[in-house]
Amino acid sequence: MSAIAARRRTLPGFGLTMGLTLTWLSVIILIPLAGLFLKSLELSPEQFWNILSSRRTLNALRVSFGLAFAAACVNLVMGSIIVWALVRYRFPGRRLFDAIVDVPFALPTAVAGVALTSLFAEKGWLGAPLAALGIKVAFTPLGIFVAMIFIGIPFVVRTVQPVLQDLDPEIEEAAGSLGASRWQTIIRVILPSLAPALLTGLALAFARAVGEYGSVIFIAGNLPNVSEIAPLLIVIRLSEFRYADATAIAVVMLIVSFVVIFAVNRLQRWAQNRVPVH
Amino acid sequence: MTIEVKNLVKKFGSFAALDGVDLKVNDGELLALLGPSGSGKTTLLRIIAGLDWPDSGEVAFNGEDALAQGARERHVGFVFQHYALFRHMSVFENVAFGLRVQPRAVRKDDATIRARVKELLDLVQLDWLADRYPSQLSGGQRQRIALARALAIEPRILLLDEPFGALDAKVRKELRKWLRSLHHEIHVTSIFVTHDQEEALEVANRVVVMDKGRIEQIGSPDDVYETPATAFVHGFIGESIELPIQVEGGVIRLGDRPLRLVADELAPGASKLFVRRHDMLVGPPGSGAFEGAVQHVRNFGPVQRAEVALSGGETIEIDAPRDRELRAGDTISLEPRRYRIFAGT
Repeated sequence: MSAIAARRRTLPGFGLTMGLTLTWLSVIILIPLAGLFLKSLELSPEQFWNILSSRRTLNALRVSFGLAFAAACVNLVMGSIIVWALVRYRFPGRRLFDAIVDVPFALPTAVAGVALTSLFAEKGWLGAPLAALGIKVAFTPLGIFVAMIFIGIPFVVRTVQPVLQDLDPEIEEAAGSLGASRWQTIIRVILPSLAPALLTGLALAFARAVGEYGSVIFIAGNLPNVSEIAPLLIVIRLSEFRYADATAIAVVMLIVSFVVIFAVNRLQRWAQNRVPVH
Repeated sequence: MTIEVKNLVKKFGSFAALDGVDLKVNDGELLALLGPSGSGKTTLLRIIAGLDWPDSGEVAFNGEDALAQGARERHVGFVFQHYALFRHMSVFENVAFGLRVQPRAVRKDDATIRARVKELLDLVQLDWLADRYPSQLSGGQRQRIALARALAIEPRILLLDEPFGALDAKVRKELRKWLRSLHHEIHVTSIFVTHDQEEALEVANRVVVMDKGRIEQIGSPDDVYETPATAFVHGFIGESIELPIQVEGGVIRLGDRPLRLVADELAPGASKLFVRRHDMLVGPPGSGAFEGAVQHVRNFGPVQRAEVALSGGETIEIDAPRDRELRAGDTISLEPRRYRIFAGT
């Protein structure tokens, strides 16, 4: 940067804040991640491949990513409906419900796990009637799914809420006066306007569910190959002092998560670019 | 399409936005609803459009009850002050929207829709912007696109809510002329809301002046300017001097000073005298109805605006031609060329 350009800058403190940002991100995020990669390099490519292609690892990854994605999709749909009700209608207890949305953020995940487990256990309030229907939730993959929905919901609600609040009700009135039905207005006008925020919410809920440990392990039953999540498998490997194995699984999780988040980011960009800003 | 509104009442809490409004709009007319903010003009427009519902009263299009229909069925084109364009759609898709959401049975094929949109974009002279997005347009362009979008559904009525309110003065003036000539071309019954009297008087065939949820006067632009029906209309339209006076035994008094003005047929009691600023003729002391001392003079192009302290206690502003320069300290006489008196305070 030339001296003139530096002098012309109107916002002071660029050098200082940029330096701090880079240092901080390096110390907090990049260096630990680099360590993770380095540790996994202790394995030969063949060993690495053997760990990953073992049945137990593959199943754990499938359970983690598959259920996290399914839970994120459910959260996207239900979260959108919750946001709609909270933003668009005035009803008694609205503020209370609005606050309740944040509970999964704040509750220690182990507490949530224990609560969900006792609720969905075969003798629990919800578990008993479900068991009568032949549906077993606790100690099955379904339990993992429920826990992932629980912890992901605030991410969708809190990302979409401000965007919907900013959406001018006049555009709905305009659509209506142009002859659009309620349904057409939602599909053609409201959802496309919310698309970038919805995708962000989806990505955040997914990322959170993939990384979730505390609440899931209580309700999962942790049966290898069936209801064992990847983070738990990492912990198991660590407790067996198989550090390289643990890091190998972690690296794969990291890469897959990164790819998914990057893809959603691109998608979100694309949705946003249809609303170019000049 | 004629519109008939009968005894419309709309309350928001204890505030009466519309307090018994009757209005008839003729076919093909371009009508202005003029009033200060809070006068109920936008509420009236939104009720006609089906975006709001009255507490009581009737709205009929061509004699047919409109309140039985929702906004969607009324076939009314509505133009919003802040455009309300769909941000995620191109200009072309915005205009095509009303055609694309029609029920399958009556929906035109894609080629017809394209041709129609092209035609509308030509009409608003913005065909070259078809592929842009609303955020890439200027305010004036956005409002013209919003108008094209509203016209796409071939509305029976066109309603415009402060259509030029968010634009700068120069663009506003251009669009006014343009709206007038557009209306001349398409002749759809139109109502537009404005708080800008100049806009209402320049564009509309008829002007409806509203205040506090009631209609004060309905008339041609000349009518409401030349013969205001109420004190409110006189004060709101044109620049008026307003003087509190007393009528007693055929004499008009300003403070304790009798004025040499005809007071026949006036009800005795406290009243208000209205004179347009430019209708006050300046003369030598003793020659007119009012006497006063010039306090301050500013020049505005062809006129000079003088602040005059009347010898009755009031200070007024007049607009005088610049053929005789006024100076602060001059003692002058003022004679109203035309004036109106309304009973009450």
